[in-house]
Amino acid sequence: MIVVGVIVSALLFAAVALVLVRIVRGPTTLDRIVAVDVLLAIVVCAIAAEAAYTRDATSLTLLVVLSILGFIGSVSVARFSPRSRR
Amino acid sequence: MTVQTLADILAGTCLISGALLSLAAGVGLLRFPDLLSRMHAATKPQVLGLLLILAGTALRLPNVVDITTLVLVGAFQLVTAPVAAHMIGRAVYRAGQVRRDLLVVDELADDRAGGPGSGT
Repeated sequence: MIVVGVIVSALLFAAVALVLVRIVRGPTTLDRIVAVDVLLAIVVCAIAAEAAYTRDATSLTLLVVLSILGFIGSVSVARFSPRSRR
Repeated sequence: MTVQTLADILAGTCLISGALLSLAAGVGLLRFPDLLSRMHAATKPQVLGLLLILAGTALRLPNVVDITTLVLVGAFQLVTAPVAAHMIGRAVYRAGQVRRDLLVVDELADDRAGGPGSGT
């Protein structure tokens, strides 16, 4: 299981790095909110993988909160993003 | 080989597949040219990757309470991800940030050009 833990953490770390590059570079707000949504999904994946690695269910309630937070955040930003003025 | 070992192997496979899907989403977010295609890449860890990792976690934590929490997380993600993607896609289209040269068909363009209900 140690090998699995190392592989999974390396893959998730690389994914987070790529998504952070997109958050920094993203030309518009909507690009960034899509990337932040993906970042949150990857964080949820990482917390669940940590719970699976250590067989410790303490952090599982965090996952519910994080998924609700991601939904509310992306919907509100998309809702109040400026319309086109053309 | 005991049942425990088999469950651990299955859980490891699920975890690694989910992490690979997350990495694919990262690469797609960085490489794809358009926001709509980036949204296509963004759904990979939100649905399938997350479900795979939750399945792996459920295999590692064979406990009714923990599995209920994991099912709750998965069901909530399945319900809310299409709504959020719909809202973002609508905002993208209305803000005019779609690259039209990459579109094959644009059925909304007819509604925008004319029609009584297009002003909303």
